[in-house]
Amino acid sequence: MSISGEGVFLQMNQARNMLEVRSINSFYGKAHVLRDLSFEAPTGEVIALLGRNGAGKSTTMKSVMQIVRTQSGDVFFKGQSITKLLPHKIAKLGLGYVPEDRRIFTDLTVIENLIVGQQPERIDAVKWTQEMLFDLFPNLAERRNNRGKALSGGEQQMLTIARTLMGNPSFLLLDEPSEGVAPIIVEQMAKVITQLKSEGLTILLSEQNLHFAQLVADRVVIIESGKQKFYGTLQEMNERPEIRNAYLAA
Amino acid sequence: MEFFIAQILTGLANASSLFLVACGLSLIFGVTRIVNFAHGSLYMIGAYTGYTLMQVLPGAIGFWAAIILAGLVVGIVGVLIEILVLRPVYRAPELFQLVATFGVILVIQDLALMIWGPQDLLGPRAPGLRGVVRILGEPIPKYDIALLIITPIIALALWYLMTQTRMGVLVRAATQDREMVGALGVNQAWLFTGVFALGSALAGLGGALQLPKGGADLLMDFNILAPVFVVVVIGGMGSLPGAYLAAIIISVLNVFGVTYLPQSTLVLMFVVMIVVLMIRPYGLFGREEVAGEHGQVGEPERPIKPASSVMRGIVVVLLIGFVFLPLGGSSYSLVFVTDMLIFCLFAASLHFLLGTGGLVSFGHAAYFGGGAYIAALLITYSETPMEIAFVLAPFGAGLTALAIGWVCLRLTGVYFAMLTLAFAQLVWSLVFQWGSVTGGDDGLVNIWPAEWLKPTVTYFYFVLILSVAGILLLRHVQHSPFGFALRAARDSHRQAEATGINTRQIQLIAFGFAGFMGGLAGAMFVFSKGSVFPNELEIARSFDALIVVFLGGVKTLAGGVVGAGFFKGLEETLLRFEYWRLLMGLLIIFIVIAAPEGIVGSLRKGAERIGLRRVENQ
Repeated sequence: MSISGEGVFLQMNQARNMLEVRSINSFYGKAHVLRDLSFEAPTGEVIALLGRNGAGKSTTMKSVMQIVRTQSGDVFFKGQSITKLLPHKIAKLGLGYVPEDRRIFTDLTVIENLIVGQQPERIDAVKWTQEMLFDLFPNLAERRNNRGKALSGGEQQMLTIARTLMGNPSFLLLDEPSEGVAPIIVEQMAKVITQLKSEGLTILLSEQNLHFAQLVADRVVIIESGKQKFYGTLQEMNERPEIRNAYLAA
Repeated sequence: MEFFIAQILTGLANASSLFLVACGLSLIFGVTRIVNFAHGSLYMIGAYTGYTLMQVLPGAIGFWAAIILAGLVVGIVGVLIEILVLRPVYRAPELFQLVATFGVILVIQDLALMIWGPQDLLGPRAPGLRGVVRILGEPIPKYDIALLIITPIIALALWYLMTQTRMGVLVRAATQDREMVGALGVNQAWLFTGVFALGSALAGLGGALQLPKGGADLLMDFNILAPVFVVVVIGGMGSLPGAYLAAIIISVLNVFGVTYLPQSTLVLMFVVMIVVLMIRPYGLFGREEVAGEHGQVGEPERPIKPASSVMRGIVVVLLIGFVFLPLGGSSYSLVFVTDMLIFCLFAASLHFLLGTGGLVSFGHAAYFGGGAYIAALLITYSETPMEIAFVLAPFGAGLTALAIGWVCLRLTGVYFAMLTLAFAQLVWSLVFQWGSVTGGDDGLVNIWPAEWLKPTVTYFYFVLILSVAGILLLRHVQHSPFGFALRAARDSHRQAEATGINTRQIQLIAFGFAGFMGGLAGAMFVFSKGSVFPNELEIARSFDALIVVFLGGVKTLAGGVVGAGFFKGLEETLLRFEYWRLLMGLLIIFIVIAAPEGIVGSLRKGAERIGLRRVENQ
């Protein structure tokens, strides 16, 4: 088995960065939302995407998934460009997307929601079963035959994560997991994220809650008006309070 | 009592086809958000295909195999329609996809005519099930008993598919949030195709199953649409148990209606529907429509502006051309332009409702034909002077619109659209069934204008002045505060309400106004032709108007008028061919795919591209 020089480089690069976002631009109609946004997600790390309301966090998530089509720039997943693919193809590569505002299927039961997310096993990721997910989210286990609309906000949030995990992703996009859920659930969320990281998942999560990001993140991207304002480790950000004061809500 | 039970059994047997077609429509709508107007056509193909197969395949096994094969064939036809026609337009605005399905209806009508000919085919009876069984002394056809057994089996199989298989779970999930299903790794394209195939196959099965009780003819595509829409609206969009229950209610009611009130079977159906909707606005098992919550598709609308000086110039030149037409043109061209002007006003009135009001009326012919019939009835029965009948007609049409609008506006979106179609069909069936008054199929004749208007040239000027005035008035209203309020109600119902706009009232007035204008067009029409027939009230007439508005461009003010002119010209050209529907259908499908902004929108874009027109920013 011979490996060319380029191949080795690519593999190393791939090993280092699971996701690379290179100066992407996204629009809603005529509104320019993301402007030359770039950042990377090193394999095995938790990256927090921080910014104020309307900074473009959710759009970044949707642009990676191509639910919002990027107009220019490129996104590489494990070294492969994914900007030309449709969302379902991207999901099949191992990107798991957890939307904000808990878009669970409210007419379906918890188990049925999980069935929708189900995908074949992948070599490079944990193979999740319903039982494993019920261990991870014990609240859901009790409610497995309830319809989505009967669940509490926190339970719905857990279900969106569990549903995406059923696709056995190696990379997780978590859009505002702590938004609008009770503090006790936020803590539980932080534990889950740490556990998922220890299982080998790379995670990009968008947050307004700095406290939550402090709990789980290795690295931070700060965006404002769709532009990248800071990219570095959590520690680097904490050493520069002026950044926090300028771009994040108090 | 025995008779009563026998009646119920017959009704249950009749519910079979209705249920299958309705639940196919419901399934397809749930996932693709497309009201598949061609669903009646699929039902028709099912009947014809089943008929042919039954001629070829022998015996009882052949008979049942023919029914199943007919379902499969129609399923494949559905796949072809989905892939060739609908896939290219999924990203277009929702309502534009409807026009594509109208195109499919036309194509299928002519294909059926080519293959099976114009004569009605009487369905063969089921081998081995020819006689009757006596239940409590009452004779029940054996085939009815077979249907009574088959339908619940199919319903159960569907229930199993939808609740116990992954495919069914995906379909239900996609009904709620298809974008999310895609983001979870499910290929939506194939899910859509699969659902379309299933829904089509059900329609085909329905068509083939009813053969021994009926047959196959070229009108069955439109004839099934109104009852199917009623069933879906009563049962609740997307609900299988709802469709089943509603089909049974309508069919049983129909059987009793035929016995006790033979003149009013169709009316009865609507009465039930209205009662159900008063109590449960989204049907027995339905849910409120949440379509459009994840943003609108397509480009943002351009702000409406008064016409530019160039546009005004073109319009003036065109009008001057019309004014001098009688000097140069033949009387044939006068009649043609008269027709065209009337149609332009009719289309403009629908365009006003649809474009400005966002109220998609699928039954606008009710007001056009209604106006025509009101004038004709007044002339025929009360010897009203023509001038008075002419003035009363639009008011009558407007009042009809207000009454229908009052019921329909309780609902929104697709429910509203289906209701308007169902009501238009009610008006049609009233006129059609009440032959002693309306002349039924023979129509009303000898409806001529007053002496002073009789000459073709005079009537031409009469129509020219009235239609141009009508179109200008519609345009004026669109630019008025009322027009703004109407658009506000269209774009954000809640926000408009919060601003203090009584949206329902505004929409009702708009509905009545559009009906008035449609009635005016109808009145001009009846006196130009001297007669009126029920086909002026048909679904096909409503669809003509809808096609015109979409072809012209919904989002452009001139869309209705330009589309109508184009359509009339096209019809004039195509009518020379034997299979003009086929050509028309193909052309419509082509335009939908190639020029999704309509004629006006595409012309404007083209002009911008080659620099004839400044690109507008915001």
